[in-house]
Amino acid sequence: MAVSTVRAPGRLPGAPPARRTMPRRVRLRRNLTVLSFIAPALVGLALFLGYPLLASVYFSFTKFDLVNPPEWVGLRNWAFLRDDPNVRTAAANTLWLVVVMVPARMLGAMCTGLLLARFRSGAGIYRTLFYLPALAPPVAATLAFVFMFKPGTGPVNTMLATVGIEGPLWFNSPEWAKPSLVLLALWGVGDLMIIFLAALLDVPKQLYEAAALDGANAWQQFRAVTLPAISPVLLFAAVTGVIQTLQYFTQAAVAASVASGQATTGGGISSTFGYPEKSTFTYPLWLYVAGFRYGALGYANVLAVVLFLVAIAVTAILLRRFRAFLGSDQ
Amino acid sequence: MLLFVARHSVAIALSLMFLTPVFFLVLTSFMTANQSLTSNLWPTSWHPENYVEVFARTPLPRYLLNTTVYAVLATLFMLLASVPAAYALAKLRWHGRSLTLVAIVCMMMLPPQVTTVPLYLMWADWGLTGSLWPLILPMLLGDAFSIFLLRQFLVTIPDEYLDAARVDGCGEWGTLVRVVLPMARPGVAAAAMFQFFYAWNDYYGPLLYTSENESAWTLSLGLASFRSLHAVQWNLLTAATLLTMLPVVLVFFFAQKAFVQGVTLTGVKG
Repeated sequence: MAVSTVRAPGRLPGAPPARRTMPRRVRLRRNLTVLSFIAPALVGLALFLGYPLLASVYFSFTKFDLVNPPEWVGLRNWAFLRDDPNVRTAAANTLWLVVVMVPARMLGAMCTGLLLARFRSGAGIYRTLFYLPALAPPVAATLAFVFMFKPGTGPVNTMLATVGIEGPLWFNSPEWAKPSLVLLALWGVGDLMIIFLAALLDVPKQLYEAAALDGANAWQQFRAVTLPAISPVLLFAAVTGVIQTLQYFTQAAVAASVASGQATTGGGISSTFGYPEKSTFTYPLWLYVAGFRYGALGYANVLAVVLFLVAIAVTAILLRRFRAFLGSDQ
Repeated sequence: MLLFVARHSVAIALSLMFLTPVFFLVLTSFMTANQSLTSNLWPTSWHPENYVEVFARTPLPRYLLNTTVYAVLATLFMLLASVPAAYALAKLRWHGRSLTLVAIVCMMMLPPQVTTVPLYLMWADWGLTGSLWPLILPMLLGDAFSIFLLRQFLVTIPDEYLDAARVDGCGEWGTLVRVVLPMARPGVAAAAMFQFFYAWNDYYGPLLYTSENESAWTLSLGLASFRSLHAVQWNLLTAATLLTMLPVVLVFFFAQKAFVQGVTLTGVKG
């Protein structure tokens, strides 16, 4: 398209490119240069985005497993989607997590971020401490939480007992398993907090001073100054939060497997998935189990296509704000 | 003054809450197996040999080696392909650039489970399932999130520096290597660290490709499968959990500043 590499003497910076008059040979060389930078990524997009998406749609109309080749079955897999009780449970669990976990994490990040933004000095050590758990490998963090919230003798219920509260069964209770996962997600809220903190520190001080002069109290200042100023970051956090929660897999699989106390093999999860009573059985978990443990690869692709449609719809919200999102030069 | 005390009290209380799980993990990791099943929170006797026991019970060095190979190679390969791609998206003008950027964002936002089955079959055809290569080799073609992150960083570098290099006769590759890369060091460091930690912490990928082949397991996979025959031995499991967390914490403390900068960068400043 335009020319930033051509060393045209006298061309003013930002002047319209002299594309039409550029000799073909020069243009070809330029295109080859660009290609040398971007070609691997383009191949990557084709191979790891384009191909699997198309293949997924095709496979969703076929029946096959890891041994037998795909065999066309028309809409049979898609029809099964309607009668599959697992997909209903799994989608409901994932929806529950989206509705509770995403706002909880945003609220947690906002509160800790607001607190840290108030410190003139000494925020460093707090910031590090709040942030560190976000770094813990998810498997390790999940194990830590299943241990902490062990019913009976776990530290949390032991401490609750000393103040006379009988703690719930947490990861071993169908009602409390998902809320326990939310607590785990809040423990790792540090990454989002850092993003919120940066946005909060970017809000011009004069706006607060002006609002204070107008007699706005703290809450009014927050509503009228802070929220609008950080709204792009809020949108970003909401969208990426939903996307992350749509793929919520590791913590649910590990928590179920460890809390059930059953021996599993191969990092195996199929015998324990969803424990207790499928309360932690998320949509991606079902996709994995249906495809790779039950060998219903055709049906797994139906689940994949549906997940893709949902994810792309959420991403579209973000892309509509493309300009704000990607910077000013688009 | 009152406000000062109040803020610090809240912050200290929160810090304690964030630290509590690790505190109890450490205590339990020194207990006997029997004591770790009681509600005693403080060890009645200290057993550092639990950590030795973990090494004896599991091929931990093997897991550590696999995880390190995965994380280091994935990071190096990612940088090789993603830095030039990000440069082309940020600083070169060409047909289809916006479209490519949209595709990159879509790929970044795509849950990995969507493409799992076709990609698994592809790697199975190439005979690479049962190893970590299906997670490492794609990085030679770049990683969507890293490309996006690097691109966000590179657009903030003023064009004047690049133009100066071009006038001095640097080709585009020369400009990238000699002028842009030195200026983009924090961005590159952040992208590298994200990739490293992503690979280090990854569970889904190794589970998918290596669950049948224990010799290729990573720390996360090994930890998730760490069980004694009868019951969960919490004293050993907590020790193993802490050993898995340790490398990440060490790396963080050595590179804290770049890391925090990097997280901020992902937050997309409008």
